[in-house]
Formats: sequence, C-alpha cells, structure tokens
Amino acid sequence: MSESTPTAADTRRLAQEARARVRFEEEALELSDQVYRVARRLAGSREEAEDLVQQTYERAFRSWKQFTPGTNLRAWLLRILTNLNIDRGRRQQRTPQTTPIDSEAGDYFLYNKLEAQLPEENPDEERVLERLSQDSIVDALAEVPHDFRDVLVLVDIGEFSYADAAQILDIPMGTVMSRLHRGRRILKKNLADGVPA
Amino acid sequence: MIDWCDKCEELMQPYLDGSLSDAQVAEAQHHLELCSWCAKRYHFEERLRHYVRVAVSEPMSAELKARLAALRTPLDA
Repeated sequence: MSESTPTAADTRRLAQEARARVRFEEEALELSDQVYRVARRLAGSREEAEDLVQQTYERAFRSWKQFTPGTNLRAWLLRILTNLNIDRGRRQQRTPQTTPIDSEAGDYFLYNKLEAQLPEENPDEERVLERLSQDSIVDALAEVPHDFRDVLVLVDIGEFSYADAAQILDIPMGTVMSRLHRGRRILKKNLADGVPA
Repeated sequence: MIDWCDKCEELMQPYLDGSLSDAQVAEAQHHLELCSWCAKRYHFEERLRHYVRVAVSEPMSAELKARLAALRTPLDA
C-alpha cells in the first residue's frame, strides 16, 4: 500500500522537516557577516573569501541534516569553510609549506620598539598603538604563515574558544594554544618590522 | 635568581586568555602591582588585540549577501 496517498503523519513529518530546514537556513544566514569576517582573513583575497563563503553555504544547505541542533552553528559553518580552504590550498600548492621561523621575538618586543621611537619620557599605550596603521596590521596578519594564521584568525578575530578552534581545524587543543601563542608573536614581530626605524 | 619581568612576559598571553591556574594568576598580579613596566605592556597587549580585530574587519558586500540569500530553499518547494 506504499503507493497510496501520504498519510496524515507523513504530511506532518514533511511539514516539520520543511520548517526545520527554513529555520536552519535563516540561522545560518544570520551568521554570514561573522563567517565572512573570518573567511576574509583566512583567504588571500576578497574574491577568494567570497568564493569560500558561497561554497560553504552551498554545502551547508545541502547537508543541513548533518548539523546537530543546539550545537554551535557558527563553528560548524567554519569547519566546512576551513576544510574547503585547505583543499583549495593543497590544490594550488602541492609542496607542503615549510616555514622556518627565525629569531622569534618575545611578547614585549613590539611595545619596546614602538615606545623607543616616541620622544616623550613616558608615553601611554594609546599613543604607542596609534603608531600602527590599519594597512600595516592587515599586511602583518597576511604574512603570518597559514598554520599559525588559521588559529590566530579563529581565536583572536573570530573570537572562538580554544576548544572550538581545535574542533574546526581538527587539531589537539594543545596545538591550538601553542600555534596561537607563536602566531601572535609572529604577528607582533611582523608589525614591528613594518614600523620604519 | 628569577627574573620576574621575563616570567611576567611569558605569562602574559595565557593570563589575558584566562588560561592560567589561580596560583599563576596570583603570581602575575603580584608582580604587575609592583612593576609598572610590565603592567604597561600587559595593558598594551590587551588594547592591541582589540585594535587588530577592528583593523582587519572588512564588511561583506551586499552582492555576496544577496547571493547567499538566493541559496535558500524556496518556501513552496
């Protein structure tokens, strides 16, 4: 009797599913600004970031049933996005990226350098900060090697927890913490290098 | 002999992330109360993180937003 008209229960189930799907899509779209903000800094260019976000939403809407309601949707979307980004990176660049990081500076290095350049005896942090232009920050971040930048962008720009970042990138939490700490130091070293002497 | 400023520099990131043990937090705070040199650098780091986040934030284009909205399943499907 399976070819008979759908039962009331079937109709109800289908209507429920349609509603759940609409809700999922709305919730995902509400997060798109935040997803883009992170994507923009994971990708090398605006075009690349836009492609990545679009592909992410296409994939998310196709596989919406795999999302567990009540869990972190933003992290789920970013997981799709970082996987797409990694696939793309591997296609473009087959040789693994080896990045020797020479003479890593300590955490006070940037402040010390900026402060030394100000004429006053005792400058406040605000004045020191103003020495950095928006462009120099964007460039300094773009020059942080991928592995470190991914973590830095997720935690410091996307404001994800260590645990979420670990899940998104599929790496242990200890690795998130060590890459984050080194990534921040590399960023500050890049910023310091960009400041004219 | 421990160089407390070196130690404070090492503790700065986990301190600001809130990932230190209570004992380590107390240790860092004790030094920061005595040492304005380190306190200034902690404060700078805190402000820098915010400054970086704002500086690298680029809004999504209206065009992409429209493209994403168009991906939705039509309501009458």
